[in-house]
Amino acid sequence: MAQEKVSKVSILTNGIIKENPVLRLVLGTCSTLALTTSVSNAFGMGAAFTFVLVLSNVLIAMLRNVIPAKVHLPCYIVIIASFVTVVQMVMQAFTQSLYDAMGVFIPLIVVNCIILGRAEMFACKNTVVDSAIDGVGMGIGYTLTLLLMSTIREILGNGTWLGFQVMPEGYVPIGIMTQSPGAFLCFGLLMGLCVWVEEKLDARIERKIGCQPIKDLQEGEDNK
Amino acid sequence: MIVKLAAIFFSMILVNNYVLVKFLGICPFLGVSKKLDSSLGMSGAVIFVMFMATAVTFPIQIFVLDPAGLGYLQTIVFILVIAVLVQFIEIFLKKYMVSLYNALGVYLPLITTNCCVLGVAILVVDDYGGDVATLGFAWAYIESLVCAVGAGVGFMLAMCMFSCVRKRVEVCDAPGPMKGLPITLVAAAITSLSFMGFGGIVENLFNVTL
Repeated sequence: MAQEKVSKVSILTNGIIKENPVLRLVLGTCSTLALTTSVSNAFGMGAAFTFVLVLSNVLIAMLRNVIPAKVHLPCYIVIIASFVTVVQMVMQAFTQSLYDAMGVFIPLIVVNCIILGRAEMFACKNTVVDSAIDGVGMGIGYTLTLLLMSTIREILGNGTWLGFQVMPEGYVPIGIMTQSPGAFLCFGLLMGLCVWVEEKLDARIERKIGCQPIKDLQEGEDNK
Repeated sequence: MIVKLAAIFFSMILVNNYVLVKFLGICPFLGVSKKLDSSLGMSGAVIFVMFMATAVTFPIQIFVLDPAGLGYLQTIVFILVIAVLVQFIEIFLKKYMVSLYNALGVYLPLITTNCCVLGVAILVVDDYGGDVATLGFAWAYIESLVCAVGAGVGFMLAMCMFSCVRKRVEVCDAPGPMKGLPITLVAAAITSLSFMGFGGIVENLFNVTL
């Protein structure tokens, strides 16, 4: 365990800026690209994701001394999958249209590498309170990025924001922005902007896509 | 009926491409597509596991979860079945098919938490689970397996195409902040744009409604 006491505020802001899961760690790209077509989708996904992340972080931190190291991964997956099922049932009951719009990506929160990554990197070695704060911070960072991207895509692609018309009457929507190429384009440009800001602030980091096993594989290839 | 199977297969490759249109499996698409041989190995492993996973999870849904009214346990059951299956395949290949293990083995651990495998297992139940009542289990099962293999081949096509695109992108001189991942994503946007041209092609080619 870390010797110096990390303040609660820095744990919270860590997930929002320093280790922003989407733009800096490049994790959870599938749901980011797929669910930023409209602001309401992004909001729904952010809320569902934050709920699962906070609760799974708390439960894993509680059980961190009980779960045997050899089977930790299956245990984490079961815990996360249970919370995802809860979210699925709640959304089906109360927000049917959002549930239909998000489709397969709600069950796919289980395999979102941010949640599993936080469980392995943070929750399994920290206290319950710290893990909960970390979950909230990461959730806010993820949701804000999703909202930013969906704002750009919905305004350009549809002329609306959360369903309200914001562009002037004569505006011709760029339909491609709400379709799949627009997602890649918007994500690429946003990440480029993020790198530009980092360069100005002298805080550039090397980006490696994806979850730990993919990074290990890439390093193995680079060393060849 | 054969025509419908062919239509499902080609629509999964071209129109509903899992990576470029449905955004499933973006991590390996961007992470492992640096070299052509590693993207071939990865997508070979994905096709194999997708086929096996659908072959196991579809009957589980039809014969176990649905009759028992446990449809809500789908997510937990499927992810555990897939995790066990991948482990099993790894052990089996290591013992009995060493050459195949050497080609695909390094990619197998990536696949447990890969969203395209769980995605295909859930989507075929959504799409073809209803056909069990109308066409019988055997036919719905064949449809779902064809769909799974088509999704895997579509993944392979996208990976291989993109690894070739990437070779060009890496040598070009992009503006400073866009170097590396950002320009790769923009290249992916253009690759994805080319796949939009396939919209409607399968329905017109095979004259069926999917």
